[in-house]
Amino acid sequence: MELNVIWFVLVAVLFIGFFFLEGFDYGVGMLVKLLGRDDTERGMLIRTIGPVWDGNEVWMITAGGAMFAAFPHVYATMFSGFYLALFVLLLALIMRGVAFEFRGQDKSPAWRNFWEWSIFFGSAVPALLWGVAVANLIAGVPINEKMIYVGTFFDLLTPYTLVTGVAFLLVFLYHGSAFVTLKVVEPLAGRARDMALYAGGLALFAAIACLGLTALYTDAMTSAPALIAFVLAAILLVLSYLCMLFDVCKKAFIFSSLSIAMLTVGFFAGLFPRLMVSSLNPEWSLTIYNAASTPYTLKIMTIAAVCLVPIVLAYQIWTYWVFRKRVTPFDDAHY
Amino acid sequence: MDEVLLSRWQFAITTVYHFLFVPITLGLAFFIAMLETWYVKTGEEKYRSLTQFWGKIFLVNFAMGVVTGIVQEFHFGMNWSEYARFMGDVFGAPLAMEALTAFFLESTFLGIWLFGWDKLSKKVHALCIWIVAFSSSLSAFWIIVANSFMQNPVGFAIQNGRAEMVDFVSLITNPYAASMYVHTWTSALATAGVLIVAVCAYQILAGRHTEMFKSCMKGGLVVAMVGLLSVMGTGHMQAQMIHDYQPMKSAATEAIWDTVDPAPFYLTAEIDEEEGKNDGGIKVDGALSALLYNKFEGEVVGMNQLQAEYVEKYGEGNYIPEVSALFWSFRAMVIAGSVMMAVVGLAFLAMLFGRLERYSLLLRGLIMMLPLPFIANSCGWFVTEGGRQPWIVYGLQKVADAVSPNLTTTEIWISMVGFTLVYAALIVAALWIVMKHIKTFGMTEEAKKGASLWN
Repeated sequence: MELNVIWFVLVAVLFIGFFFLEGFDYGVGMLVKLLGRDDTERGMLIRTIGPVWDGNEVWMITAGGAMFAAFPHVYATMFSGFYLALFVLLLALIMRGVAFEFRGQDKSPAWRNFWEWSIFFGSAVPALLWGVAVANLIAGVPINEKMIYVGTFFDLLTPYTLVTGVAFLLVFLYHGSAFVTLKVVEPLAGRARDMALYAGGLALFAAIACLGLTALYTDAMTSAPALIAFVLAAILLVLSYLCMLFDVCKKAFIFSSLSIAMLTVGFFAGLFPRLMVSSLNPEWSLTIYNAASTPYTLKIMTIAAVCLVPIVLAYQIWTYWVFRKRVTPFDDAHY
Repeated sequence: MDEVLLSRWQFAITTVYHFLFVPITLGLAFFIAMLETWYVKTGEEKYRSLTQFWGKIFLVNFAMGVVTGIVQEFHFGMNWSEYARFMGDVFGAPLAMEALTAFFLESTFLGIWLFGWDKLSKKVHALCIWIVAFSSSLSAFWIIVANSFMQNPVGFAIQNGRAEMVDFVSLITNPYAASMYVHTWTSALATAGVLIVAVCAYQILAGRHTEMFKSCMKGGLVVAMVGLLSVMGTGHMQAQMIHDYQPMKSAATEAIWDTVDPAPFYLTAEIDEEEGKNDGGIKVDGALSALLYNKFEGEVVGMNQLQAEYVEKYGEGNYIPEVSALFWSFRAMVIAGSVMMAVVGLAFLAMLFGRLERYSLLLRGLIMMLPLPFIANSCGWFVTEGGRQPWIVYGLQKVADAVSPNLTTTEIWISMVGFTLVYAALIVAALWIVMKHIKTFGMTEEAKKGASLWN
């Protein structure tokens, strides 16, 4: 396979890892306020992702770094073009990152409340914004012949991109609820399942709307692999919901994970071989050829990625194994 | 202000914030790893307590380092997109390598370490913090490699209108990077050492867990001594390196306007940047040549001559950076380092004679020094980055050509003010948490409520 294609696939893999892992992290972050009734419960919810959230966030950092190394023009156009959106995203991630550590350092309710809301918005805002961002990549934004974004912040907010943002948010909320059903003891686990049923219903509705609009506003569905992936994503989400309905929570989580992976595959397959679509002229779109680094750099980075990603996966899986037990209210742990 | 100046300010502000935390992470991680290893070896509770005491401070610091660092990675694309286009083929690789090799290790194993006290064997648990320490130093290596490319570009060719990587090995074996890495790493060790002894002195004076912090003080003084001595040694090497690779930066830092041999070292100077000369100052004849050539002779090319040479080479323009600011930053760094060296050296001697606890003035001195490593670090980076101006990559691309063309000043103002205020507020919160932790460590929840934080 050609190096440019390999790197397109690798970036897609990093985004799959990112959306799958941070998907439930963002979901749990929202649940801290939506599901946790008292301080103990909110602490338990945070502890379900306590040891892993930072490692999960590195998937996003790595996706960004990989894009810089492999497709510098995409990195340049997207990050400068989505300037204010990324500013808001960064503020959310900043507040979220410190909130996990700071919340437990004082017992006063006002202090805890502030950091819990930081976790809530720090999770909800990125979930929404990443949906908006992905939709913009595929729907197209005003990019001129010099690969420069010539729109404004508000050009990024269209009905289609906002629906996609909401769909990401709800799918992640559902995914997080499914995760929590596996990671805490009763009665919180049972309530997480109730929440999963609510959020899952809304997520299904939003995901279908998003896929419908994707067919309407983008050319993604003209690609057979994308179409198949999107259909699979929808089926898997329905399957997940049915499992949740019949209280087979583990399968529900597996299916929601696969659904998110397929959704990501769908968007990337729909983009291929482009990475950012220009709404001004299809010729000006950023592709894996005109936006890429040299074969030399791609080769070096391929060797690094092929050697390192499996190792990363191995020790991250080990982490989940170390912390496989359900979180109880009595754990004497950090946070 | 225009987009370029604003973007420079924004990058400078977020970088200075970021580098308040980074050196503590780098240095303290090894100190904690040694404490825990000692605990595993001896089984003494006191070392476990110390590990956890510093672990909390490390964690608050680490969180601040992560959230200030994430903005750095985004900045290259957000504010400096033309830089990313021109340099991405070379510069993106070390950043991606940093994430792949170091960030994953660091954050994953820190998570395990924090939550794994009861879930892992003592040895495996201690191994986790060693991995954190090792990977944070590895991450520093990659970012120094990236920065060194901006200072002394190697391993590339200008093709297809951009810098393209042709030799990865020479990129990572850039001599500039080696010299800069050891200087940065030892400065981190010194920073952590000074932090450790300041906190220990504070606890000893307040009579909190005195025995425990007396033992900790010994370790801290060793770290601070080793750090400060080696940061000075590597700083000396770094200065010679800069003179070889970036003569303009070197001349500006020393306020040498015209070529001179042997070159004097100005202790102070009345710099006239308009006229391109010094109106006076206190100088030691031949001292700069001695510092740069290890003998009292040797030519130092002046800024005026370099300016003429660069105009010929690169075209019209001003190639002289902000001389006064560099000159004084460098001196502030050296003075801060010397003061730390003197106070830590005295404390170290007092410790060897077993008398440190009796000299409360010396203990207070150790506390008063706490701002100095941060001032020295910031000044050091100011010389490194400010001295590179007007270049973003030395000799290849100017800062003014690197900024994102589509940004408006309003957008940059919004993000700059936003980041600055949020970071300032978070630093206040972090300091409050750390002070509270220092004052209430080991107390029961009941006692903590009664403890006052403000005296």
